[in-house]
Amino acid sequence: MNTGIGDASDIIGILVSVIITAALLIWVERRLLAVWQDRLGPNRVGPMGLMQVVADMIKMFFKEDWIPPFSDKLVFVLAPTIVFITMLTGFAVIPFAPGVGIIDFNFGLLYFLALSSLSVYSIVLAGYASNNKYSLLGGLRAAAQTVSYEVFMGISIMGVVMLSGTFNLREIVEAQRDGWFIIPQFFGFIIFLIAVIAESRRGPLDLPEAEQELVGGFHTEYSGMKFGMFFVGEYVAITLSSAIIVTLFFGGWLGPSWLPPLVWFCLKTAVGIVFFILLRGALPRPRYDQLMTFGWKVLLPAGLLNLLVTGAVVLSLHGT
Amino acid sequence: MKVHADNIAIPSGITREISERLKINDYTLQPTCDGITTIWSTRENLRVILLYLKLQATPPYGLLFDLTAVDERERIHRHGLPESAFTVVYHLLSFARNEDIRLKIALNDAQLSLPTISDIWPSANWYEREVWDMFGIVFEGHPHLRRIIMPPTWQGHPLRKDHYARATEMEPFSLPEERQEIEQDALRFVPEDWGMRRHGKDSDFMFLNMGPNHPSVHGAFRIALQLDGEEIIDALPDIGYHHRGAEKMGERQSWHTYIPYTDRVDYLGGSMNNLPYVLAVEQLAGIKVPERAKAIRVMISELYRLASHLLFYGTYAQDVGQMSPIFYMFIDREKVFDILESISGARMHSSYFRIGGVALDLPRGWDIRIREFIDYLPARLDQYDKMVMQNSTLKRRTQGVGAYTTAEAIEWSATGAGLRATGLAWDYRKARPYSGYENYDFEIPTGNRGDCYERCVVRVEEMRQSLRIIKQCLDNMPTGPYKANHPLTTPPPKERTLHDIETLIQHFLNVSWGPVIPAGETCITIEATKGLNAYYLTSDGGTMSYRTRIRTPSFPHLQMIPVMSRGMMVADLIAILASIDFVMADVDR
Repeated sequence: MNTGIGDASDIIGILVSVIITAALLIWVERRLLAVWQDRLGPNRVGPMGLMQVVADMIKMFFKEDWIPPFSDKLVFVLAPTIVFITMLTGFAVIPFAPGVGIIDFNFGLLYFLALSSLSVYSIVLAGYASNNKYSLLGGLRAAAQTVSYEVFMGISIMGVVMLSGTFNLREIVEAQRDGWFIIPQFFGFIIFLIAVIAESRRGPLDLPEAEQELVGGFHTEYSGMKFGMFFVGEYVAITLSSAIIVTLFFGGWLGPSWLPPLVWFCLKTAVGIVFFILLRGALPRPRYDQLMTFGWKVLLPAGLLNLLVTGAVVLSLHGT
Repeated sequence: MKVHADNIAIPSGITREISERLKINDYTLQPTCDGITTIWSTRENLRVILLYLKLQATPPYGLLFDLTAVDERERIHRHGLPESAFTVVYHLLSFARNEDIRLKIALNDAQLSLPTISDIWPSANWYEREVWDMFGIVFEGHPHLRRIIMPPTWQGHPLRKDHYARATEMEPFSLPEERQEIEQDALRFVPEDWGMRRHGKDSDFMFLNMGPNHPSVHGAFRIALQLDGEEIIDALPDIGYHHRGAEKMGERQSWHTYIPYTDRVDYLGGSMNNLPYVLAVEQLAGIKVPERAKAIRVMISELYRLASHLLFYGTYAQDVGQMSPIFYMFIDREKVFDILESISGARMHSSYFRIGGVALDLPRGWDIRIREFIDYLPARLDQYDKMVMQNSTLKRRTQGVGAYTTAEAIEWSATGAGLRATGLAWDYRKARPYSGYENYDFEIPTGNRGDCYERCVVRVEEMRQSLRIIKQCLDNMPTGPYKANHPLTTPPPKERTLHDIETLIQHFLNVSWGPVIPAGETCITIEATKGLNAYYLTSDGGTMSYRTRIRTPSFPHLQMIPVMSRGMMVADLIAILASIDFVMADVDR
C-alpha cells in the first residue's frame, strides 16, 4: 500500500523542521564537543550561544561565492545540491509516528538505501569538478568507501527485513511491538551503525574529508553557501541516519504511552545524533586501506553470518 | 689580548691513530675551550680521514653531528691556525667512545670547493647544501647542490661576512612583473630536477604539493610527493620558509641581547634553548655558575620539556584523527605555563637564563604550584595512556609505520627520542651531564622497533622522568646566589658600583656595549626537547659573536622523511610527520 499520508502542509512542516534541526545541530555539535573537551564552545551570540547558528548562516550567505576558474563549473555548482537533496528526500519515508509522515511506501527501506548511495555522487563529483588534487583524492576515497560500505549496509539490515517480513518502514516499526530488533539483531545493528557512519562520512570515518591529510578533501575548494550545503547536508545525513537506526532497531515511535509517539521518536533520534557526535569526539581515524580491509574481511563475513543465522532461526520458528 | 683557549690541554688518542695508521702527519691541532679534538687537515686528506673515522676506527665515529663553515676573512685572533679564508668544519660524534672529533679544512678564496661526503653520510646531503647556500662553497660530486634555505633566486651567500645583514643596507624592495614571473617560475616543482620520473611502469604518477600551508606540516614546510594512487613513491622535503637568519643575527647582537633569539629557535622549548647558548658563552668567558642557578636551569628546562612533549602528544593524536586529546593536553600545558609565568614573568619564551645564571631568583612560594602540578600530572598521563596509546585504531595507524633501525638513525644523524625509540639508550644528560644533571636520578626510556608509535611511547615516558627530575629539584634546591659573581655576567654585578670607579666603569661598559668575551671556540650540546641541540660559538674577542652556529635536531630529522615514507600511504606520512616532533623554526633557524 503505497499511500501518501501527509498533505502539503505536512510536507512543508517536516521539511522545515528537518532543516532547522540540521542547522541547530551545528551549534549542538560544537557545544557538546566543547563540553567533552573541557572547553566552552560558542556561548557569546544570543542565549547560550544559540544565535551562533544564525550568525553562521548570515556569514555563509554573504560570503563571496567563489568558483575556481580551473574547475568544471556546472558540476562544481551542482555537486553540493545533490547531497542536500538526496538526504532531504530520504525523509519522505521516515515513519515519524502513526499518521505523521509523507508517504507510506512498501519499499521504504530500499528507497533509503538508494538515496544514501546516490549521495556519494555529490562527493565524487565535487572532488572531480574542483580540479584540485586533494579534492580528487577525497573523491576517490569517498567512492571506494561508500561503494564498499553500501554492501555491508544492505546485508546488515536484511536480518531486520527477515524478522519483520517487509521493507515497509511503518510495518517494521509495528513488528517491534514485542521487542526492539536491537536485541535479536545486535550484530546487524553494529554493522549497520559502522556502515552508516562510513556512508555519511562522519568522523572517525571522515576519510574523504580528513582535514589533517587532505585539508578538507572534496570540499577544499568550496566556500560560501555551496560549502554550507555540504555542511548542513552532513547534519541532515546524521539526522536521517539516526532516524533510520531508531526505526529499524529501536522501535521507532513505540514507547510507554505517557509520551506521544512523535516525541518518543524524536527523543530516540536525538540520542542517536548525540551518539554520533560522541563517536566523532572520541575515536581516531583509521587509514584508508585499513578501513577497506576491515569492511571486506570483517564486516562482510559478519554480516553474511548474521544473515544466515537469522534466516535459520526465522525458518525454524515459523518454518513451513 | 691573550687567547683563552691556549690553556686547554689537547687529547691525543685519535690523533695519534690518524698519524700512525693513515700516515697523515701534515695536520695542525687546535686547542678549543670545549676540549673536543680539533684537527686542521687538507682537502686531499678529508675523505681519507672521515672514512677512517667512520668505518675503521674502533669504536667508530658513527654520527655526523654537524657540518658547517666559518668565514675567517675578518677574524683577528687566529693565533697558530693555518691560513684560511673559509673553513669547513666537520663534527663527528662517537657513542661508544662518548667522544667527539672536529675536522677542519682550510679553503682559500681561489678554490672554494671540497669533495662531497654525502656518499659517506647520507645526512651530509642537506648540510652540504646549506654550506653551499650560506657560504658558496662547492661540494664536488654532490647529487643536488642547490639552495636549501634561501629562495632559489637569491643572490649572494648570506653568512659571508661581506653579505649585508639588514634590510636597511639594501636597495628598497620592489617586485616588477618580470621579476615576479621569475620568482614564481623558480617555485615550480620540476620532478626531473630531482631525478623523479613522471611515468611508472603501468601508471602515470601524480605530484602532490603538500604545504607550505597544510594543517599537518606543523609550520611553513613543503613536501613534494610523488604518488601512485595514494602510495608514496618518493617525497621531497622543501625547507627554508621559516628562515629568519638566526645565525646571522648572532653576529650582529651582543652576547647578552642574543639570548631572546635563542628562545625562538625551537619555539616550543622556550628557555631550554637558552641553555646551550649561555653554557657556551660561560665556557668561553670562564664563568663558574653557582649551584642554585644550575638547579633552577635544570628545573625550568624540564618544565619546558614537559610543555613541548605535551603539545607533541596532543598533535600526534590529532594528526591521526583523534580530535579530543589535544584539548586535555593543552590544559596541562597551560598549567606548566602558569608555573613558568609565576617564576619568570613570561610563558612560552621566557628568556629566563642569563650569562652566569638566571634573570631573577625564584619568587617566594615558588614551589607550591610546582608541587601541585607534579601531584596532578601522573594521573592525567595514565588517563592519556588509556585514551591515546592503548587505542587500537591509533596503534594500527602508527605501529610499524615510519620505522628505522639504530644504524639507519645514526647514518641520518637522528638524535633524541627518535634515536632512543630504536633501542639505543643514549641521552646527553646521562652520557655527558651538563648543568648538574649528574646529580639527578632518572632513567632513559627506550623502544626497540623505532616506529611512529614507539617514538611517542618514549616521549610519554620522558615526561614521567621529567617529573621525577623536577621533584628532585624541589626537594634539593640549593641555597645561595642565582648568578655568578663574575664581571662578564649579564647584567653585571651592581653591588659595588657606587663604591669604586673600576666596578662602575665595568658595569657601564657591560650594560651599554655588552660583555667582551675572550676569543676562543666552543661547542656545547644539550639534550633538547627534540634531540641534540648545540651552539658552536666562535668569539673573536668582541662584544658580539664572530660566528654562531646552531645545530638543531629537527634539521636532519626532516631529511629522513623520504626514507621513512617511501611505499607508505599519504595518511602514514601524516603519522610520520607527527611522530618526528619538529618545528620549522628549529629546522630553518
